Formats: sequence, structure tokens, C-alpha cells
Amino acid sequence: MKSLTMDKPDERNRLDAMKQGVIGKPLDRPDGPIKVSGVAPYAAEYDIANAAYGVFVTAPIARGKVAKIHEDSVTGMDGVIAVVADERFTTRAAQGTAGEAPEQGPGEVDYWGQPIALVVAESYEAARDAAQRLKVDFHADDLADIPFDPDAVEPEKDEGQRQGDLAHAMAEAVHSVDRTYTTHGHASAAMEPHASIAEWQDGKLTVHASLQMLNFNIAELADALDLEEDDVRLVSRFVGGGFGSKLGVSQDVVAAAIAAKQVGRPVKVAMTRQHVFQAIMRRSESTQRLRLAADAEGRLTGFGHEALVSNLPGEDFAEPVTQSSKFLYGGENRLLRIDVARIHRMCAGSVRAPGEAVGMTALEAAMDELAEQVGIDPVELRLRNIPDKHPTKDIPYSSRKLAECLKEGAAAFGWQGEDRKPRQRREGEWWIGTGVASGSRVHNVEEAKARVTLRPGGTALVETDMTDIGTGTYAILGQIAGEMLGLDPKDVEVGLGDTDFPRGPGSGGSWGAPSSGSAVFLACEALREEIASLLKGEEGNLTMKDGTAVVGNTSRTIDELLGGKELQRTGHFQPGKTEKEFAAASYGAFFAEVAVNDWTGETRVRRLTGAFGIGRVLNEKTARSQCLGGMTWAIGAALTEQLLFDPRDGHLVNCDLAEYHVPVHRDVPECEVLLVEERDPAASPIQAKGVGELSMCGAAGAIANAVYNACGVRAYSFPMTPAVLLEGLVEQAKA
Amino acid sequence: MTIEINGESHELPRDPRVTLLDFVREHLKMTGAKKGCDHGQCGACTMLVNGQRINSCLTLAVMHDGDSVTTIEGIGSPAAMAPLQEAFVKHDGYQCGYCTPGQICSATAMLQEIAAGWPSDATADPTDTPKLTREEVQERMSGNLCRCGAYANIVDAIMEVAEGEAA
Amino acid sequence: MRPFDYKRAERLEHAGQLAAAEDTLAIAGGTNLIDLMKLQVETPATLVDLNHLPLAGIEEHEDGLRIGALATNTATAVHPRVRADYPLLARAILAGATQQLRNKATTGGNLCQRTRCWYFTNTDQPCNKREPGSGCGALMGRADLHAVLGTSEACIATYPGDMAVAMAALDATVEIAGEKGSRSVPLREFHLLPGDTPHIENVLEPGEIITAVTLPTPVGGKQIYRKVRERSSYAFALVSVAAALRMEGESIAHAALAFGGLAHKPWHDPRIDDLLTGEKPSMALFDKAADLLLEDAQGYGENDAKIPLARRALTATLIDATGVSA
Repeated sequence: MKSLTMDKPDERNRLDAMKQGVIGKPLDRPDGPIKVSGVAPYAAEYDIANAAYGVFVTAPIARGKVAKIHEDSVTGMDGVIAVVADERFTTRAAQGTAGEAPEQGPGEVDYWGQPIALVVAESYEAARDAAQRLKVDFHADDLADIPFDPDAVEPEKDEGQRQGDLAHAMAEAVHSVDRTYTTHGHASAAMEPHASIAEWQDGKLTVHASLQMLNFNIAELADALDLEEDDVRLVSRFVGGGFGSKLGVSQDVVAAAIAAKQVGRPVKVAMTRQHVFQAIMRRSESTQRLRLAADAEGRLTGFGHEALVSNLPGEDFAEPVTQSSKFLYGGENRLLRIDVARIHRMCAGSVRAPGEAVGMTALEAAMDELAEQVGIDPVELRLRNIPDKHPTKDIPYSSRKLAECLKEGAAAFGWQGEDRKPRQRREGEWWIGTGVASGSRVHNVEEAKARVTLRPGGTALVETDMTDIGTGTYAILGQIAGEMLGLDPKDVEVGLGDTDFPRGPGSGGSWGAPSSGSAVFLACEALREEIASLLKGEEGNLTMKDGTAVVGNTSRTIDELLGGKELQRTGHFQPGKTEKEFAAASYGAFFAEVAVNDWTGETRVRRLTGAFGIGRVLNEKTARSQCLGGMTWAIGAALTEQLLFDPRDGHLVNCDLAEYHVPVHRDVPECEVLLVEERDPAASPIQAKGVGELSMCGAAGAIANAVYNACGVRAYSFPMTPAVLLEGLVEQAKA
Repeated sequence: MTIEINGESHELPRDPRVTLLDFVREHLKMTGAKKGCDHGQCGACTMLVNGQRINSCLTLAVMHDGDSVTTIEGIGSPAAMAPLQEAFVKHDGYQCGYCTPGQICSATAMLQEIAAGWPSDATADPTDTPKLTREEVQERMSGNLCRCGAYANIVDAIMEVAEGEAA
Repeated sequence: MRPFDYKRAERLEHAGQLAAAEDTLAIAGGTNLIDLMKLQVETPATLVDLNHLPLAGIEEHEDGLRIGALATNTATAVHPRVRADYPLLARAILAGATQQLRNKATTGGNLCQRTRCWYFTNTDQPCNKREPGSGCGALMGRADLHAVLGTSEACIATYPGDMAVAMAALDATVEIAGEKGSRSVPLREFHLLPGDTPHIENVLEPGEIITAVTLPTPVGGKQIYRKVRERSSYAFALVSVAAALRMEGESIAHAALAFGGLAHKPWHDPRIDDLLTGEKPSMALFDKAADLLLEDAQGYGENDAKIPLARRALTATLIDATGVSA
């Protein structure tokens, strides 16, 4: 095992010294052909003999207790095997990296739509029917006693992060902005609904599930069932999208495991779309007050970002709205805080880019107003406010390409920042306008292990429990190993998504690639050391290319060196002091052109350019795709996506894909992605940072700013549906 | 009562509640067509029935006596990909891959619909013969959601194949 | 989905007999019914499959066109006569749903499409339409999608379709067959307002089946279907305006308008057509038309914006149709 704790920046840039020339290249994904042919297996698609079907029964009350489950109301129905209602059932998904069981005990109901039982039957049709018809009595709490509205309760106050005197700075400022924004909740809405097939053999449990972080999930599942981790195996080779909704073990996993034990045969639970919407994590709605104080040139002297978000009582997670506000811009006088309202809507948790996804939207909209007041190009305003030193901590920034992203993005987009007067460009009924925003997302790494095996014949096998949720893990890990070991990535097999493999942190927080990628890198370094010693040389002098290893004048093929045996090493990466000693983040810039219909307020994004500094690019094609994905999400967050809750019982009303409006093909224009050349030695030994979340952090702000530039209406509520913009349009027409 | 799927004949299920999608996935164990919503709201289950694309989750298997169905498995295999499948790989027209079979089945029929001159909401006048533009493709593919946000790449892949066929 | 008997109707008379039985529903495209059966909003004991009846034709009819009840939305929208003479209908159909759904959805089924109200589709919530007497969840709950015209204390749901809105503007006729014989109903009278009986959505009697929709002689002129929605495709209308408007010289010679997304039925107000017909178009006239449309409009909070939105969508449509914006 080769271990590395990231206690100092890795300035060696070892990957750049390698000769295979595949790292960063826009290679096709190795898993592409099986995905486009429909043979890549997702959780519910394993053909496990004799599997029965389980469908959840959910609570139609907001809070209370299950009084009695009338099993006999369905047990006589054709095909019904059992009604399973076990106190170990989990009632919500675990929060990301929890590593322990989430809330258990379905007899206590905390939100409308909470799963309380599972009906198991011979067919899906029978299970679904019986689940809908199961008679259950409840002791429901009086709705009048239950808080549902985050604005109507006294929130848990956050002490916050304070420095100087923001109120004074605001009073003294030459220019200031004090605005309050609201954002509605979002759903991950991954295309594959959560699903599990659980099977017990000889006391050991195997679950094929759709999960992002197996190393944490196995602990959560084992804890829920009071099992040893050694007696549990989780498999998630293909995950049909996660976006945070599969970070923690979900209710289907635990219920399928318990039901399989109880009925003595494998049980498959594929949650319905409605159940996923109603019972798996929401992104909290937010109310955000932005206060920006600036001098005559627009340099920030004060910076305030205060948010109110919500969650169920007892949940630790609070949408970290101010995450990037801690370091993105300067301003000596600061106040950042996040208050939490405890309400009985479904559980709030991580949805793609928790925090910045909504926090950056509001911040960047406020920055646009400041630029207008100061009367300067909003790109220039941002450039002026990139701080030389961290606003509150005495630590340096790691590599930071924000200025490059703003400048290169502006050039690629054809940005014109001098005259920003709104309502200047019209095409028929449509106002046309442009907007800009900075992008920022914290950088994280987590402990990760990976095993790499060199095999006779000159091929390699990479194994880790890391998942590929669409991000391109299969591609990038093969490229890292290929680069380090001098192999065509086609000759590198990558095995993922199985807890029998060395463990890592999984996919989430954009840390998957830098963490697991570093573990693969370390395993390869160890293999290179062994190969170098076989050649009586030093690793530093070893060249590996096209299956051949060379030290000095000695050249041998890998196949020759292995002598018919495998050579295996495990890499072990751990975060270290750099985490605290550097402010590390990924940065970007967004430029949007929109059309707003003057009559109806319908808004269409016509162009979207994103420029990103994400450290080393591991695969240009998959990295670009991640950026396109985030930008597409931003279009949804800006214009269409909103979770709507009934004010009387807190239930989610738009719990399907017809009424929760994720963007469709026609909403998404051709998008331009620029990946700015960067290595961040403080970020990881492969100098890479995360990419999947950054690309939506700020982009909705750029769209909002473009809407203003187009039609003269500032939106303070997101998404900017026709209903939100209409009043302003009517006023503008009168004026 | 039989149905032909990718050229092979199968007995229809006895339980009339079984949808065409569940029949293919759960009974025939062909899991290329995906269940994303089960209510005709996402397009992941798109199959071609007698040459027309439909949401297989919103139709009962028993209603397809004598019909001929093509699923993604009938369009191509990893070893013998159809041009659209190859183009999706080349353009990274997917991420998680879950909506992909539906996108490809849908695109296969969509190109035939444009060739047949069917108008769409993006066609300026319904009497016009539609042109092969990005907006036409985007409108016609809007019944296939992709939450990963691969839309721009998917359209690139489709345009490449369509323009290749037109040339 | 509850267990049910599946029966196939081979002849029209047979279909009527079968469909007249208790707890029986007829199925054509199934895109709405199967959706609702999965949710147990609909729980028929018997399902009668109409797809084998010879009702899929689209044929010349007097000076107009007769569209069979089983003609798919696609078949209608791509039909050369529909495209040339009733472009409003083609546009409305193409603005609705997706190609996959339009390939299955039929003329008759589309007319019988039920509401998208999220209290109707959630069987754990009250709904007078699904369960008469249980109350209206939307009235005191969330009414974002809901109606602003013709509502009642029992129900504020909308009719969600597009095709029928165009047909209402085009003054189509619904042909109906039943055990007692055939009858015709103007499409504008086919759908009902909710009143005290929101579970009764149209004039069909038990055992009656739609056989066709006939379109009268083409009116020509400018035909516009303007659909305002939250995303650019694949979304139900917030508001839609169907307009068939013909100018002669500087005056409006023929005007027929209908509206979607506003009411429990495709909304047609003959006073608006009368107001416009014979007049010289002007913004003042358009304002009067909007005043007529919205004089009794009532918002329910979340859907208040539908009222100004309808006004503006109507105005924009009339500008587009007449070329007059002053």
C-alpha cells in the first residue's frame, strides 16, 4: 500500500512528466457502447432468480403515529406475499457521508409521504395494487400544531461569521446594494428512480442498489440492520444519475434487505417516481439577504450574506448557501449566516452543488446591481473584487483562475460591457439581453483507496468502490492508470461500484475524481517503483510508454517484466494539512444571452458560455459534459424548477416529471465550454479539482442578469417563471 | 396472442395490467428500455411500435397483439452499433446513460418523421416541409428528458447522423 | 392498477354495449387512462379496447373534414388537409405533449382527457372530482395550475388539452354513438363546467362513445395557437389562445377565439367573437375583448398571474392576427 497524506502541495506534476500522452485527452467513454445499446446494468436490472417485488406504502399524514396496519386488507389478494413493516425501516435517506443509519422507525411519521411499510408480491402489478389498497390507521397530529411554512416559525439562529461592522460599512458606502432573494426548492430528479434488489446467502447480504457513496452506504446499511460490514456487500456498477439524491442509503435499500430476510427470497424495490419526489431529499428553499457595500470604484468594503433555509427537526444538514461567500470576494466588514427553520416538509439534503447552486445565484444578481450603480462593466467589477488575501483567514488561495475565466469567457462570448442599459435590443416580441456571473465552488477531497493490478499480457485492472454516476469515472481512472503505466486506456479495465473493492469516498461534493483519481495515481506510482526496481533503476528515471518500461538503456515490455505473474499495488490517499492551509476552490465565469417575451415573460436562453478553472483536466470530453450538465441545471434553476408544497399539510404537490419542470431539449441552446489551463498543486497529487457542481454555481445569476439587461425587470424570486416577470414587464411598459 | 419484439415472437402476458415496458423488462428480461417515471413524462421507455415511437409505459402489453416492436436491443449492440449509437459515443451524448436508449429509439423515429415531412411545433408554418435544423431536432426530442444535461451533445450526435444521411 | 377484465370491441354496437356496463371504461390511446389507472384514480373493473373499431379515418365531409375518433393526434396534425385548411388545429396538436404521446393519443381520447390537478391525481388528498363530497384540495391548497374562469366551490381544475381548444375556435362538432343511436354535439358544448358535479366532465352518457369530430368549411384567414408555458416544450399551458381571424380590407370579417388553461373546459365566449367581427382592429378593441374574457375571472392566489397573462396573450395574438398594434 502506498499512502500519501496531503500535507503540502504536490508541485511535482508527475502526470505531466509521463509519456503516454492520454491524460486529459477527449477520449470516448469505455462504457459508452454498452450504455447506448441498453446493456449496461442498473440496480433494478440484475436478473436475480426468484426475486419478489416490493412497493412502498406511504403516510398520508404530516406528523403522527401509525396506529394499526391492517395486513389482512391485502394479504388475501392474488400474488401478495407479505406486508413488511419493520421498526428498522429507515424513514428518510441518510445525509451524505453520514456513515450511520438515518432516522428509523416508520411507526413515527414526520412528513407527508413518508414510507411506512412495504408490500411484497409475486409481481410488480400485484405489489403496486396492494400497496395502494393497504388499510392503515393513524393517530395524526393536529395540522394546526405542525409548522410547514419556513417564514412562519422562529428559526434556529446561526451565530454566523462576523468581522468588523457591516451596518456601518453599509451606511458609509458610496455604493450599496441591500436586496432579499428567494429561491424555491429543487429536486435531484435523477432519471433512474432509486432501486434495490436485496439477497441473503448464508447470512450475508448483497444489495444491488443505486447509490453514490458505497463506503458510507455500507456503514449506514449495516448500522440500520445491526450487521457487521463484512456481512454486507453493495453493488452499484451503473447509477442512473445521482445529483446528491443517492449520497446516503435510501429507504428502498434497507426495506428490500429486511423484506428479503422476512420472505426468504430476494426482493426488488424500485421506487415510483412520485415516491422518489416525496420521500428523497429536497434542496431547501432559501431566503437570502445580500448586502454589498462599496467605495466609489466598486471595491467592496462590506459583504453580507444571510440566509434562511429549512429542514426537519433533528436533521444536521442546512443548505450551505454562503459557502463560497466566505472567500470569493473581499470586503473587510462581513456577516455571513444561515438560520434554519424547523418544519415538517420532507427531508432537505444535498442536491447538485448544495449551497452555491442557490447562494451564488443571489450573490451574482446583487453584484450586477452594484455594477450598475457604480456604472462599470460587471466583468470589471468582479475583477476588481478578487481579493489578494483571504478576507477572514490568514491563508493563501491555491491556484485560482477566476480572472482568466472572466476574461477568456468574455472574449469567447463576445461580451460587450460598456453600455449596460437595459431594454436596448428587440427582435419582434422578444427583448434580448446579456448577463455575466462569476462561478465558484469549494474544493474538497476525502480519503480514498484504489487497487491497480498489472497483468501478464500488458494490461491493467483498476478497482475501487468509487461510482460512475454519469461523471465519467470509468474513463478518467483508466486514463490516469494508462498515463502512469504507459498503457493505452483500452488496455486498462476499470471495475467500480462494489464494496468488495478498496474503498473511497464515492461520488459527491465533486471530490470523486480528485480523491479516487489520486488513489489510482498512488497505486500506479507504487507499481512504477516496483517496475523501476526490476529494471535496477529509480522510479524518477523510469519511462513507461506503449507497454514498455525503459530505464537508461534498459528496455523491457511489461509482459516480460511480470514473468507471467500479476503485480498489484493499492494506493491510499488522505486529505491533510493543505485543506486548512489553503483556500482551494474551483472557479468559473458564465455569460448568458436570453430572450424575454414582452407580452408573456416567457424566457429562453439563447446562448450560454461557461469558462472553468478546475485544475488538471482528466478527460476533456467528459469534463466538458459535466460543465454542460451543470449549465443545463442552471437553466432549470433560473427558469423552471420549483418544488411546491401544500401550505396545510406540507406535502409536495408537483411530485412528478410533468409538473416539476426539469429543462427539456428545447430549453437548452448550444452551449460553449472553455476549460482554462490549470494545475492546482494544493488540490490533489494529480493537481485536479472537482467539476460537476461548479458549472451550475452562478450560472442562474448570469441568466437573471441577462433577463434584466433584456427587459429591465430585476427578479428577486427564482425560478423566473412568466408569473414572476409579468408584473415588472407591465410596469416597464407603462413607464 | 403474440407480439414480435426485435424480430422474435413472444406470447403476451395473461395479466392485462402488465404494461409493454414491464413486459419487456420484467418478463423478457430485456432491460434496455428504462423506467424513469412510469407515466409518460420522461421518454426513457421509448420503443418503436410498428415503426412509430411511443412511451411503452403508457400502453398495455395485451393491446399489442400482432404488433411489431423494436427496442434499443433491436437497434444495435456494443459489437455492432447503429450510426446513431456510434454518434452518441463520439459526442458524449449521455452521462449516466439511463435516458440514452430512449433518446436513441426516439431519434431513430424522429429522423424518419422529418424525412416524411411531418411538421412540428418548431416548424414556422404547418404547411411547410420541415427543415433539418437544431431547433426542429430539439423540439422533436423534447419528449426525452435527460437530467444529466447532455442535451447539447445529443443534438450534436443526431445532427451529425442526419446530415450524413442527407448528404 | 386494480385487476380488470380486458375486452376488445370488434364492432361499434358491441363497443357501446360493453362500455355501458357498470365500472367499465373504454380505452383508445391510453396515454391518460393508464396513467390514472396506475395511480388508482381510475379503477375500472372492465376495460374495453376500442382500437379495433374502424374509426381512425380522416375524410372529406361536406365542405369540411371528418376526423375519426381513433385518428391519432399525429395522423391529424400531419394530414395535408388539416395542415392546409385548419392550420390552427395542426398547431395546437403540435404544441401539446410530445411526439411519443401524440403517436398514441387519439381524437376521442384527447377530448376525454382528464385534469392535471395534483389533488385529483393524488389519491391521499381530497378531490370532489375523484371522490365527490371529499372537498377540493386545490381551493385552500396550491392552485398554481388552476382555473380562473367558470370555477365553482367544488372544483377549480382546468381542462389541460390543446387540441380541443383549437377545435372550439374552429366550431367543430362531436359525433357520438350510443345504444340509443347517434347524436351530434357542438364541441363548444361538449365539455361542462364543474358546478356541483365536477366528476361529470362532458356530455357523454354511459355507453356513449365518440366516433368522430367534424370540422366545418374552412374559414381561412390567419390561424394562431399561442401557448404560454413554463418550459419551451412538453408542458401544459398556463394560458393558451386559439384564434381563427380573417381580415377583409381594414376590418375583421371573421373572428373565432377559444382559450386553454383558464377553465374546466376549452373556453369560448361568443361575445368576444361578436365584438371583434366587423370591427376595425385597434388596441382599444383588443382591450375590450380582454375585458369581456376576464370580467368574471377570479384568481386563487398562486394562479393570480393567469389573469394578466391571459389579457396579454390575447392582445399579442390579436396583434399577430391583424397586424395592428395601435
